[in-house]
Amino acid sequence: MVENVATTDIVKTADGIPLKISLAKAQRRSKIRGMMLVLPLFAFILLTFFVPIFDMLLRSVENHLVPDVLEHTTRELVNWDDRSGELPPEEVFAAAKLDFEKGHSERTILRVGRRLNYEVPGFASLFRKTARRAKNFESPYKEAFIERDKRWGEIDTWRLIKREAGAFTMSYYFSALDLEYSPEGNVNFKDKDSRIYLKLFWRTLSLSALITLLCLTLAYPIAYLLSTLPLRISNLLMILVLLPFWTSLLVRTTSWIALLQQEGVINDLLVGLGLITDDGRLAMIHNAMGTVVAMTHILLPFMVLPLYSVMKTIPPSYMRAAKNLGATPTVAFIRVYFPNTVSGIGAGSILVFIISIGYYITPALVGGTDGTLISNFIAYHMSSSLNWGLAASLGVLLLILVLMLYYLYDRVVGIDNMKFS
Amino acid sequence: MKKIRQKTLALGSAIMLGIMGVANAQEVDLVIVSWGGAYTASQQKAYHEPFMAMNPNVNIINDDSSAEAVSKIRAMSEAKNVTWGLVDAIASQAIQLCEEGLAEPIDHDAVLAPAPDGTPASKDFGDLIVSECFIPNIVYSTTFGYRTDLVKEPPTSINDVFNLEKIPGKRALEKKPIVNLEWALIADGVNPDDVYDVLDTEEGVDRAFAKLDTIKDEVVWWEKGAQTPQLLADGEVVMGSTYNGRLFSVIEEEKQPIAMMWDWQVFDLDGWIVPVGGPHRDLVMEYLNFATDTQRLADQAKYISYGPARKSSAPLVGKHATLGIDMAPHMPTAPANAKNTLLYNYEWWADNQDDLTERFNAWLAQ
Amino acid sequence: MALPAYTTTGERIWFYAYRIFCGLVFFFLIAPILVIIPLSFNSVPFFTFTEEMLRLDPAGYSLRWYNDFFTNANWQGAVKNSVIIAFFSTILATFLGTVAALGLSRSDLPFKSTIMGLLISPMIVPLIISAAGMYFFYSQIGLQGTFLGVILAHTALGTPFVVITVTATLSGFDQVLVRSAANLGANPTTTFFRIIVPLILPGVISGALFAFITSFDEVVVVLFVGSYEQRTIPWQMFSGIREQISPTILAVATLLVCVSIALLTALELLRRRSERLRGMTPQ
Repeated sequence: MVENVATTDIVKTADGIPLKISLAKAQRRSKIRGMMLVLPLFAFILLTFFVPIFDMLLRSVENHLVPDVLEHTTRELVNWDDRSGELPPEEVFAAAKLDFEKGHSERTILRVGRRLNYEVPGFASLFRKTARRAKNFESPYKEAFIERDKRWGEIDTWRLIKREAGAFTMSYYFSALDLEYSPEGNVNFKDKDSRIYLKLFWRTLSLSALITLLCLTLAYPIAYLLSTLPLRISNLLMILVLLPFWTSLLVRTTSWIALLQQEGVINDLLVGLGLITDDGRLAMIHNAMGTVVAMTHILLPFMVLPLYSVMKTIPPSYMRAAKNLGATPTVAFIRVYFPNTVSGIGAGSILVFIISIGYYITPALVGGTDGTLISNFIAYHMSSSLNWGLAASLGVLLLILVLMLYYLYDRVVGIDNMKFS
Repeated sequence: MKKIRQKTLALGSAIMLGIMGVANAQEVDLVIVSWGGAYTASQQKAYHEPFMAMNPNVNIINDDSSAEAVSKIRAMSEAKNVTWGLVDAIASQAIQLCEEGLAEPIDHDAVLAPAPDGTPASKDFGDLIVSECFIPNIVYSTTFGYRTDLVKEPPTSINDVFNLEKIPGKRALEKKPIVNLEWALIADGVNPDDVYDVLDTEEGVDRAFAKLDTIKDEVVWWEKGAQTPQLLADGEVVMGSTYNGRLFSVIEEEKQPIAMMWDWQVFDLDGWIVPVGGPHRDLVMEYLNFATDTQRLADQAKYISYGPARKSSAPLVGKHATLGIDMAPHMPTAPANAKNTLLYNYEWWADNQDDLTERFNAWLAQ
Repeated sequence: MALPAYTTTGERIWFYAYRIFCGLVFFFLIAPILVIIPLSFNSVPFFTFTEEMLRLDPAGYSLRWYNDFFTNANWQGAVKNSVIIAFFSTILATFLGTVAALGLSRSDLPFKSTIMGLLISPMIVPLIISAAGMYFFYSQIGLQGTFLGVILAHTALGTPFVVITVTATLSGFDQVLVRSAANLGANPTTTFFRIIVPLILPGVISGALFAFITSFDEVVVVLFVGSYEQRTIPWQMFSGIREQISPTILAVATLLVCVSIALLTALELLRRRSERLRGMTPQ
């Protein structure tokens, strides 16, 4: 009945369905079709990219090894008060004997030793020493352990195990931020001498800022030139920007090694011109300077292109109008032209900055010791020191930094407006 | 533990038999991982080629990934997809892989050939078997080379490395605390036998870094063994540490004006490990038996100046394959070279490496 | 842009100083790429110009590093792997990216900018982080050290470029054309293949070129996700530079510059064609 009333007022399509419903249906279908088109890529990126990133996030806090291998010990340690000032009771030592014996036969116990060695040096050998004999330990186990190594008789040893007994740990993040536990369990900054990552983050940020500034200084004039020259000429000059952009990063880094090294082209040239002596060759590579020069070159096109696309949209009549109204060229530039290019400056700078704080290859090849960035340490912990948890936590910290900048970029430029040449 | 090992072995050989049954007539690809360059070339000549000649169906593939061996084996083992049959690793890597359960423990006397006089393998290798998973191949050393034409008087002791007055100019050292801290302490007057006791104390570490501080501005830090020979040849440093085999080739093969300074050379070992869960287990064992026998180890010294790890190989070391020079005096183990030597303490470094590397990196960044 | 007659001396100096500065910046951009080309013909294993080279003595030049590149099994394996990996990841990335771009260009897609942001994030996240994540995760599922693993990783890195270029092409796309085709009796399939495809093809091809070069130049991810067996040209160059720098690397670099010139030309031609097709003034 209600339907009847309604149908009388409503426009219908040819097959008798109200237009509104039909339209809504068509729109929903269209929406679903759109979703279906996006879905395959979305699923693909999810599986090949987001799940790995999420896995890294987990790995930066994951600590299953300790509670898995020291299964009985960690369970017994729950009942021990680490502030009591007394060693854990005999049950804990008995449980530890069990875990050591089992861990030794399954060849897992020394992994725990290596893991705890990240926290306090010496645990690797303590575990190695103990694991070989645990099988023969006899009751009372407390005395047996302490007889094997006196560190088992120290409360701090057990405090550490109790602290790292959970399935998750924050200790990798503490290392990544140069924090450490005091034996009492408080968290403090490390000594000045052993702080490294905060300095490294700072160096990464300051070198990136320097590179961004250099890129801007070099890119602004040529972007202006490109946008004001006749198209025929500017297109030709544009090749000089685009060719480096399209050339392999390793090729460009290699060129800089050939140019900057002590026996390289620039030093040879300077010696040939008599500006420096043969034994006074300049050290321009394998230091911060190498990183800054090579990365400025590599990232310059990323600054030129956004500036150019913004400057192209500024009508030349603006400047003429300002001059006609009596402004000197400098004033006209500062008051009229420059404000119009701020969005391009923002886009280019954030882009260059984001790319440089995550750069790995170029600093690894030309950075020496004071030109390496946080990425190089992530790689180092992945393949050399093998502290994957620390690599993951440094990675997560860097990722947070990048995402914050990315958010800023989105606010300034909008992701949708990202374009290439 | 034995039970599990037997089980894995039984399972492994069952699978092996299955595969061999199918692949008997076909080619078998065996991936052997090593260090690349001249070192892999010496293994190719001394071990791989004769082994392939004896086993025409075997094709040995060289993979130059030893530098990342621990990391890559750990990754492959997590994936339960170990594709490497045999890996050449330095002792500290072998110890770590063994402790993490990533390398197979080896019964040296069962797998390896005895010496020609019947001495069992475990005796012939002696205390160079630093881990139950490790089969040593060579003894190499980290030592110094210097430019004969760029120094007024040649360096004669480790003290000269730290003496900027006697030998001015840049020197190359490895970008690692290992070895450098020991040298710093010895040069600072610490009795070499007590080096690790001193390093065990906070003041000892400070003392080593203070000694390094005295030459820090004049040091070029290297990361790969090839860098020091290159730096020396280019005259960018007047002296530098690197592996003795690299120095041999730049001196004897490339005839550069460089000489060796052996004082307090630091010995290290390099050898084989078998990754847990790797393919072609029986074939790998057969290869190991062949490639580590007395003659083969002596043969390798024809191509590269590293000392064979078997005692019984030493008398068989002959002349260089192409240069025709006597190799024995170029071995780090030769009596004239080995007056003062240090075998670095693996166990101590396993404990302290992470910590001191961080401290070292922080020190470098200052 | 000649100077008008009434400029003052100060303006003149400023003008020429500015031009010289721009010239220097262009020189800074291009010189490092050009300098390796003559160096790669060096007859001795040095990374610098020898006296013979400066005297233009033919003895100072040789093709030995090119010869080394073409005969060395390590480099040839790397070329083969680079091509295989780049080829498959380009195909996969182009297909997935184009289909997604068609969906993203619909005005009624909900959460459009969020989806866009997520889809292009592989381009934003620093490579070392992608490499770390993929290394840890691919290890667990058995993809580390396999061609499939590297191809999947490179596909993920390449798709953002395809999505962006194709979406950009579609945004300039006149929906009236689709409706006219429908009015003229074409079914959706015909419309797609006869109208949409020819118009977006330049965008798809340039997206594919971007995906190709992304994979072809990529080194961080392949260093970790791949192993020696999957070594690509950049992998080989990277370890070569770290281990022992030989002029063969310069020869490879010169060849790669040629590849990038070819790609640049292809892209420029595509851009012109696309503008012509849409009836814009050719530049």
